[in-house]
Order: sequence, then structure tokens, then C-alpha cells
Amino acid sequence: MVFYKTIVRLLFGLIITVNLSAQEISIVLKGAKIITISGEPIKDAVMIIQNGKIQSLGSLGEIEIPSDAEIIDASGKVIMPGLVDTHSHIGEGDGGDKSSTTHPDVRILDAIDPKSDTFKKAIAGGITTVNVMPGSGHLMGGQTVYLKLRKDANTINDMLFCDDVLNDICGGLKMANGTNSLGKSPFTGTRSKSAAVIRQLFIKAQEYQKKIIDANGDEDKMPKRDIEMEALVEVLEGKRIVQHHTHRADDIMTVLRLKEEFGFKVVLHHVSEGWKVAKEIAEANVPCSIIMIDSPGGKLEAVNLIYKTGAELEKAGVDVAFHTDDWINDSRLFIRSAAFGVRAGMSEEKALESLTLAGARMLGLEERIGSLESGKDADFIILSGDPFSIYTNVEQTWVEGEKVFDLSNPDDYKYHTGGYEIYRGDFQYTHSCGGDQ
Amino acid sequence: MKNRSPLRLPLRGREILFSLMILTVCFTLNVNLNAQLAVKGKTVYTMAGEPIQNGIILIKNNKIEQVGNENQITIPAGYKIIEGNIITPGLIDAHTVVGLSGIYNYNHDQEQLEKSDAIQPELRAIDAYNKADKLVDFLLSLGVTTIHTGHAPGALASGQTMIVKTYSESFTDYVIDSVSMVAFTLGNSVKSNYEKPGTRSKGVAMLRQEFFKAIEYGEKINKNKNDESPARDLKMETLLKVLDGELPALFSVNRAVDIMAALRLAEEFKFKLVLDGVAEAYLVINELRKINYPIILHPTMVRAYGDYKNASFETAANLYKEGFKFALQSGYESYVPKTRVVLFEAAMANAYGLPFENALASITIDAAEFLGISDRVGSLEPGKDADIVIFDNNPFEYTSHVCKVIVNGKVVKEECF
Repeated sequence: MVFYKTIVRLLFGLIITVNLSAQEISIVLKGAKIITISGEPIKDAVMIIQNGKIQSLGSLGEIEIPSDAEIIDASGKVIMPGLVDTHSHIGEGDGGDKSSTTHPDVRILDAIDPKSDTFKKAIAGGITTVNVMPGSGHLMGGQTVYLKLRKDANTINDMLFCDDVLNDICGGLKMANGTNSLGKSPFTGTRSKSAAVIRQLFIKAQEYQKKIIDANGDEDKMPKRDIEMEALVEVLEGKRIVQHHTHRADDIMTVLRLKEEFGFKVVLHHVSEGWKVAKEIAEANVPCSIIMIDSPGGKLEAVNLIYKTGAELEKAGVDVAFHTDDWINDSRLFIRSAAFGVRAGMSEEKALESLTLAGARMLGLEERIGSLESGKDADFIILSGDPFSIYTNVEQTWVEGEKVFDLSNPDDYKYHTGGYEIYRGDFQYTHSCGGDQ
Repeated sequence: MKNRSPLRLPLRGREILFSLMILTVCFTLNVNLNAQLAVKGKTVYTMAGEPIQNGIILIKNNKIEQVGNENQITIPAGYKIIEGNIITPGLIDAHTVVGLSGIYNYNHDQEQLEKSDAIQPELRAIDAYNKADKLVDFLLSLGVTTIHTGHAPGALASGQTMIVKTYSESFTDYVIDSVSMVAFTLGNSVKSNYEKPGTRSKGVAMLRQEFFKAIEYGEKINKNKNDESPARDLKMETLLKVLDGELPALFSVNRAVDIMAALRLAEEFKFKLVLDGVAEAYLVINELRKINYPIILHPTMVRAYGDYKNASFETAANLYKEGFKFALQSGYESYVPKTRVVLFEAAMANAYGLPFENALASITIDAAEFLGISDRVGSLEPGKDADIVIFDNNPFEYTSHVCKVIVNGKVVKEECF
């Protein structure tokens, strides 16, 4: 198996090399203010991209511009990395069904429609990477998938981050606690039961993991293949990140206990009452992917949701990203969430990072995306001005060196506004496959 | 105590304390009534004429006394001065369900829709409105001082709306208008709430039949005068008020087909129509132009699903370009968020092409005019209620704050939010 994978990778590498020799001409973006995230913003910047990667960037005059390059004048504009949405329900996927409250075996990538118009909302909003998640109606809703919103994606394979859909880990594991997943059997009826079910399942996975270790490569001694257990072993090994829906302060503490007991990597999602336990979250060194909602309420766990969650977590030293939770928040308005973070006291630097690099870290993709640095994927957006002004538009969205959204093109403009039969509006994400909510 | 005359009023300690408390309350009320404030702002959007640079608003006895430039107005002695950057009138949400649809999503906190029957115009918002709901105070902290609230869209006739202030000190003082309009809905949302009607056209048929019954009911009353009047029927009485033009009919209609049905009903029954939602207004502009009914437009950021599926961020701007005046609303949200905020909806309309002052008008003076309360609120003019919002910056910018809210001349919010 390992041998086969190596061959595939070698071949893959070869193809890339061939591609490289058939060099695309480089594209130069000139004159914009570039917010790199990883360093200080660069005024009058130059960014050179080639073969989907950032080749170099720096101040005008500092960087040599190739003579045959295509030059785009971006004077007066602001360029920042493509946005990373750590929690979304676009793509019309689903997740686990009502047969159980735990579905570590279920992959949302088996259900996503790459042609869904909901992806148009995301690119119109400047999102280039998205973690598409099953809902929160289960304790374990299924495996999430990390997608790149590439131009003309035809199949799910065209959107994946992972190279090998059959063997690689292509996303995280969605978990939830609190009220959304509560319900009649086979769902759990109380919070402590929920925690017990999860602990029992991970203990089972630990035993499965031990059998694999004990087999020491001997095929005959390996346990029978169990795709639920396999996914959970990936979690135990820290290779698959738990993306955990949780609202109330006590539910957050429950997740921290589980993390401590089983040692998995976890990102806390929504975290409505995170501001109440910011210190504890910081001490556990767990990042938070948070939601901004115009008003509190609508469900018991969100009654204490406030605009200042981001600011409070930042103050406590917690790594913070925002997410849309689309359809809860419209992907076109993703930047607005971080702007409200600033309104409530977040630093602009952290707020910008919370839309980009912080999210990339939470998906384990920070080596490839989230900041503008040479060698990273050429995923960026061109803004008409200050990112946190309501009057600023996402004018262009680029993914891996290709323009996927252009506001000046009427075919794209319509996705910016909506209107008659622009969006089908027939996919309204609900959590109805699971518990009571 | 021993020699107390039976004629003397027994003044024991507790009662003395009580009397003192009453006195204190009276004194406080008195102070409040006579509170004299001078609000100074770099830019004052009065919504009655051009904005005033370096403006001053004098407030006396809960009302606005004078508004003008600092060169025109001398602040009299004894006036407490409050300063700010951008000043607007208290904001008005032209249609919401806040106070009926409570912040908690369990049934006992949800009064916005009675599902026993699709036609119940006799239900009054005032009988369900919870002024203590946290969302009421939440809206106040974002400068929304007046709301037109009631039952949610989703029933053919859901009930009678009301207009209230979001700040109150008693259980009666918040009401501006206890019965404002009767709320109707056409479209898919009705189908999903009731077995009957099961279709759009059945819904219209049911309403028409009910209006004819009301006409008959009215005729009986007129014919028989006092002797043999029909038994009182609250439903019929309410519909009669609609037919008589005493109460406007607020029709929540979003698809073009539903807008047209509402126009037909208004033509047939000659009621005062107020159009609500109208997500597809841009498809029927010419029809809307024939009779200029008031429009309370859907929230700019309404989720584009169901009957709203063709909603556009630009509809407000397009209606403006076509010459229509409209108010904006926060609408109805059943889940997270539990309410929208008209300040943010107007901001987004502005960002998507509606000029700044028209966006502000849609949540102040234009809303007040459509709701028939412009004699009291909606602009900063002498004689009107002293409802004022102070912003630290452009009210529509994401990162600006509402720093003070004044209702009836009283500063009720002082923290920048």
C-alpha cells in the first residue's frame, strides 16, 4: 500500500515538473497595498504569481518584474489572502442520518455538489478555502472536507486539498455537544450521556489503535477493517482535527476535558459563551472558530452570544478565526463578521488574521494558505479599499493564480447582489437529519 | 405613641419610609419631566431639511424644544450638555416581531403565530407584547427607539400590530399606538403553517370570502341599527375596520405573484394597503407605480430562501431609483439571529447603492410617515419626542458605535455599543 502511494506521488510529482517546464507566464499585481498577514502590510506592492503559487512579493522597485509578465495595475486597491471559512454548510452536502448519533465513518465529500450555486456566494465574498461540515444534530455528524474553490471545478476531486481522495485525510471530524444533538433514542437525552457516549467510543478506538500497534505491520494480526474506528484512530493520532460545535461555557469545558483525556487536536466552533471561559480555553491552548450574529438568542445556547467574543478571546491569548456557518451568515458577508469583531474591540491585525491565517491553522493548512508569502498558493482577493469598511467591495477573487470572481463582469456581479433566479434558494441547510435542536 | 389621638394619622416607621419613597419617585419623575438637555453634535441629521453642522438640540419636558446651528442657539443656563459626533433621530423599525417572538426558542416564549386558524385578525399584539424581552432592550442599545411590532408573517391574517417605544418605565407608557394595522400574508409560508389553505389561490379565495362576510356583517349592523344588530364578532369587527379604512391592511407579499394578488384584493375591497416585504418588487415596478401604496421593504440581508429566494441586496437602491419611498424593517427570524437590526439593514442598503440620507430616512422619518406617527417621532423638530441617537462615527460603518440613546428626553444608554 505504502509502496503504491509512493509511486502515485512520484508520478504526480513528475506531472507537476512537466507542467513547470511548460511555464505559464507570470502575472504581476502592481501598486496595491498588500496585507500579507504574515508580516507588515506593504504599500505600493508588487506580487508575482506563477503556476498557481506566489513567486515573490515586496515593495515596488524592490522586486524585479519579468519582461514577459502580464501586468495588472492594482493601484489604490487592497490585496489580502483569500479568506478561509472554517465552518460552512455550502455545497448541499449532508452527513450522518438518524440511525445513530455518531457517524465518524460518514464523509461529506460523498455528497457535495461541486456545481452548487452556494459556492458562488463564497467566491463573491472572497472565500477561497472552506471547511464544509455536516450539521450539529449529531454528537459526531461525520467527516468534514476542506475545499479550495478553484475555477471551473467539475467534480469534487477538482476542489480537494488532499491529493489522494482514497487514502489521504481530506478534512476534519465534526462533533457537537449541547442541545442541538439531543433527541430521542438513538440520540442522547442529556449532556452527561452525550459525554459518556463519546468517551466510550474513543476508548473503543484506543483499543482498536492498540491492536494495530500490536500487529506491528503483520497483516494477519491486524484487526478487521472498521471505517468508524479508522477515522477515530486518525483523530487519536492527531492527524484528523476535531471540529467541535459548542456554545455554552460548561459545554466548552466538556470539550476541553475530552481533549485532555484523549489527546486529540480540536478546534472549538461557535463558542457563544467563550468569553466566560477565555482563560481556561487559553490555558488548554485550544483555538476557537467563532460566529458573529447580529443579535443574541434564537436558541437557548446563543442567548449570551455577544459581539465581543473575539476581543475577549484575543485578550486572553486564544487563537481566533471567524466562520460564516452559511446559511446562518451569508458567505458574501464574511468580512462583516470580523469587522464586528473590531467594533467590539478586536485589533485590526488579529481580525484580519482571523479571516485568513488563523483559519488556515485550524484546518492544518497554514503551510499552503492563509498568508501572502512566496511559495504559498496564489489565493488572494482584491478589495476596493479598507477591508473593514461597509463600502468596500470584494472586486476580484483569485484561486491558485486564476481569477474566479470579477465584480466588473456582469455574469459575476449578479452573484454579488442576488436577484431574480440568481440563486436557486432551494437548498436551505437544516440540522434535521439529527436530534431535536 | 401612647398619647396618640385616634384622629391623627398613624405614621409608623414603615409608612414614613413608604411616603418618602413615593415622594422620591414623584421628585424623580418631576426631575425627569423637566429634564433640560442640550445635545451638541458635529453633524446633526434632523431628517427635516439639510443636516446641520455643529448643531444643537435643546430638550425640555421630554420634547425637543429647539434645533439649530450653534450660532443660532444659545444654551440656556441649567441645561445639561451632552456632546457627540453624529446625531440622528431615534431609529424606527417599521416592522418586526420583537416582543412577541421572544429571545428564547422554546414555545412558551414564542407568541408570534397562532396556528389554530389561518385567519385570526382579532388577535391583538398588545395582548402578547412582552416589553421585558431582552431583545427589546437589545434593539434600544443599537438606537432603535420605536418599533412597529406584531404577529409574524405566515398566517392569512395573523393579528393587529402595534407601535411601541423600546424604553419604558411602566406597563403603559411605552405604547404609541395600541392597534396600528392588521397583518396579512400571502405565499408559501402560509401553506407551511396551516393545513388550510394548502395552496396560494386557496389562500386568496379564503380571504375574499372572509371580506365578503365582513361586508355582510356591516350591512346587517347598518340595516338593523340598534334593535337587531348581529352578535358581536371580533373577527368581523376587525375586518370591517380594514374595509372602512380605519385600519390599514399590512400585506406581507414577496413573490411577484403574491404582490399582484394583494393589489387585486386592495382593488376589489378598497382597503388601505401597505405592502410588506416585496422581495420581487423589481419585477412589478409598473404595477406598483399605478397606485403608490406605502412599502415596508424586507431586510436587506434577508436570507434568500423560500419566498425571499429572489431577494437582492440592491432592491432598496432600485426602488429609490424608480422614485419609490419606503421604510425598512427587521422582519421575522425564527432561529439565529432571533432578530435583525434595522440600523444594519439600512447600512447594507446604503452600501448597495441607496444614498446615505435615504437609507437613514427609511429607518426614521419615512418609517414614521408610513406608520402615521410622524407627529411624534422620526425627525428632530421642535415639539417632537426627544428620541435621539449619538454615534461616534458614520452610523452605517461596521466599526462605528451607538454611544448614547435618549428616549423622551432621558439618556437611557450611555455605553458605546
